[in-house]
Amino acid sequence: MSMWEYANPKRFMGWTRPVLPWTFALAGACLVVGLIWGFFFTPDDFRQGSTVKIIYLHVPAALMAINAWIMMLVASLIWVVRRHHVSALAARAAAPIGVVFTLIALFTGGIWGQPMWGTYWAWDPRLTSFLILFLFYLGYIALWEAIEDPDTAADLTAVLCMVGSVFAILSRYAVLFWNQGLHQGASLSLDKEENVADVFWLPLLVCIAGFVLLFIALVLMRTRTEIRARRIRALEARARRA
Amino acid sequence: MPDLGSYAIEVLSAYAVSIALLAGIVWLSWRRYAKVRAALEQAEKNG
Repeated sequence: MSMWEYANPKRFMGWTRPVLPWTFALAGACLVVGLIWGFFFTPDDFRQGSTVKIIYLHVPAALMAINAWIMMLVASLIWVVRRHHVSALAARAAAPIGVVFTLIALFTGGIWGQPMWGTYWAWDPRLTSFLILFLFYLGYIALWEAIEDPDTAADLTAVLCMVGSVFAILSRYAVLFWNQGLHQGASLSLDKEENVADVFWLPLLVCIAGFVLLFIALVLMRTRTEIRARRIRALEARARRA
Repeated sequence: MPDLGSYAIEVLSAYAVSIALLAGIVWLSWRRYAKVRAALEQAEKNG
């Protein structure tokens, strides 16, 4: 069977129904374990004090804010190339989740930045590109809501998604090619010298797994909702014609 | 409760706001999920 058959709405509804509760349960378990571990059972950092505990929210949220947009880009490209409705609906379903992750990253970043940098906000390359990504999320959702024909909305939001991807990529890599910013480099690295210490790293990994699983669970649930909403519109249109 | 020192407000507000936002998106998604599922069942019954 081709992988594209999983994107058939009926088949998608079939395979996601048993997967959904398990994904939510795993996400909840990882988040509870990771956040309790990080908050209660990790030491303060010698420089940052107890503010280091914000890492368990800030890093996974920032990571997923960018990855959610990348997922929307891939789904939009699939829609543009192959016209699979489920992929367009999945991109639409992911956007509000991306907004929440971006808000968490911006809020926790600001509240962490104040005691460490002396300011809640700076027009730093990474921070600014993140703010622009947040505005792109809002624009993307508004565009879906503003256009009545779903296929036209999917086409136009796909274009917006491609443009916004520049800022999604910039928010991840801005620190590498602009050195004037306040924001430090990546917290996660394969290089042992650059990576956060193991005592913070392990609970952080569990929290990241929790955020990834929560994103997957919410996208599946919201895509199922969008498929059902589309079916309702089709039934209503049929009833009007009859 | 760990001793958060002089950064207690920053750390606790980061956790409170983040958990509230995550709970909010889960609750909103679930509410719409249940509402649309019920609406579809009704529409299929009618039509």
